[in-house]
Amino acid sequence: MQIYLPIADLPVNIFLVLAMGLTIGFISGMFGIGGGFLMTPLLIFIGISPAVAVASVTSHIAASTFTGAIHYWRRRAVDLSLALMLLAGGIVGTAAGVWLFTMLRAVDQLDLAIGLSYVTLLTTVGALMINESVQAELRARRGQPATLRRPGSHNWVHGLPMKMRFKRSKIYVSVIPVCGIGFLIGFIGAVLGIGGGFLLVPMLIYFLRVPTATVIGTSMVMTLITMSSATIMHAATNHLVDAVLALILMVGGVIGAQFGAHTGQRMRAERLRLLLGLLVFAVGLRFAYDLVVIPDDLYSIRLVRGQ
Amino acid sequence: MRRLAFAIATIAAAAVNPAQAERLVVSLSNHRVAVTSNFVGTELVLFGTVEPDAPRAALRSAYDLVTTVSGPTVTLRTRRKERVLGIWVNVDSREFIRVPSYLGVLSNRPIDQIADPTVARRLQLGLNHIILTQRIGADFADTVSDDPFRVNFIKLEKEAEQYREVSNGVTFLTPTVFRVSIPLPANVPTGTYTVDVKLFGGGRMIARTNTALEVIKSGFEQYVFEASQNHGLLYGLVTAMMALTIGWFATVVFRRD
Repeated sequence: MQIYLPIADLPVNIFLVLAMGLTIGFISGMFGIGGGFLMTPLLIFIGISPAVAVASVTSHIAASTFTGAIHYWRRRAVDLSLALMLLAGGIVGTAAGVWLFTMLRAVDQLDLAIGLSYVTLLTTVGALMINESVQAELRARRGQPATLRRPGSHNWVHGLPMKMRFKRSKIYVSVIPVCGIGFLIGFIGAVLGIGGGFLLVPMLIYFLRVPTATVIGTSMVMTLITMSSATIMHAATNHLVDAVLALILMVGGVIGAQFGAHTGQRMRAERLRLLLGLLVFAVGLRFAYDLVVIPDDLYSIRLVRGQ
Repeated sequence: MRRLAFAIATIAAAAVNPAQAERLVVSLSNHRVAVTSNFVGTELVLFGTVEPDAPRAALRSAYDLVTTVSGPTVTLRTRRKERVLGIWVNVDSREFIRVPSYLGVLSNRPIDQIADPTVARRLQLGLNHIILTQRIGADFADTVSDDPFRVNFIKLEKEAEQYREVSNGVTFLTPTVFRVSIPLPANVPTGTYTVDVKLFGGGRMIARTNTALEVIKSGFEQYVFEASQNHGLLYGLVTAMMALTIGWFATVVFRRD
């Protein structure tokens, strides 16, 4: 059954989009991520322009992270004060991201910027995750206990001024790196149409030593608010959010996420991280391939002005 | 003065060429195409006849017909990629100023068989001869028809099904009654379209008429589109609220604890 998307200006098969929502939702539920880095490329692949895809996916991520956030909130696994500090940076980052997005679109380099950023980000993060989980697996084979790096392992981040106590996470750190991470995630999210969960969680663990008990819930709250505000800002400045597309994706996404979460709970954490790392790395390679291989068509058209 | 000159010219033309007194009568199957949520493209039909202008004027035995359907004008930028440091980057671009967003050229046989290149260029017959204004530096001009930007622009528009030249789009049911099928793809732009019908005999244009049609987004699609363009902030707020509602709804439906 075909349905016409009013902003993307093309008809799509409603079941295809629903299936995409379900699949990505499943993956996002399984790994506890938003899944934007998979959804945006998929939408571009079925013919939706990168700009509309990026802008619409933000609202899809808002929906799926809200489900997750409620879940973690009920389990008291959200550090609200930490989330709010991250957000202070996040909102500024999102606004800067939307601004850069508009600029890049004007000079015809949005597609390139999205492609290059995906390659750099995904291959690096993917490689780090694979490396880390393989190490953990090897340690487990040799019968060594997993290294607990948390206690006493202070790094340069902990030497910064303006310290603040985050009670639920039981950490005492400077607000500068917290706001900085927030800014970075908000910025990347708005430009690339990704929630940034797969970046935020490792950053919170390695830089701020946030315990695993609160890290995912806090990251979800942060992602939820940056993505909701990115939706509003994209709609207000670029007029590119396709609500019909977003609605179909959301419905598929939240259903898929429930089943994904169920599957994810039955797998070992290292195995799960290795799988996610491989997935992230593969998507990064796919983007690299597109940039290097001769495109099917060297020419492309972009609308400058309507009537 | 101009009217007088025109009258003289008309009389002169009639005197020199009394046989050329055809008139075109056309009718479009539908003047308004509504793009709704299940729109997958459509085909409009234009019927027409060649009528003698005066009661005893003779008709020819064979006519040719070229129908040009042009959509609302848009300004488009065509970009060309080149390899820079191993990756493909948009390096060069040209703007096509106020060109038709949709262009369908329908004829009963190939354009080059209907009229010679000079006539075809003057009357802008077919995709090779239509004027597509480009901004080249400070100038605004059309280029030669084999200019790479122009060629690739037309190629991309054809691939997007927005431009087309159909040499069997016109069918003569009798020597003087014809049917033109106008294909409109699923991604047809909205706005007012002009339909220009030209009748040829012996390689020259002998009659011409115009009509118009309108493509509109209707119902829900139009509502959503207009809201997104005119009330961006409100539209964004509503979309974000929708996302939260669905996210919340999922936790209610799938609640396990």
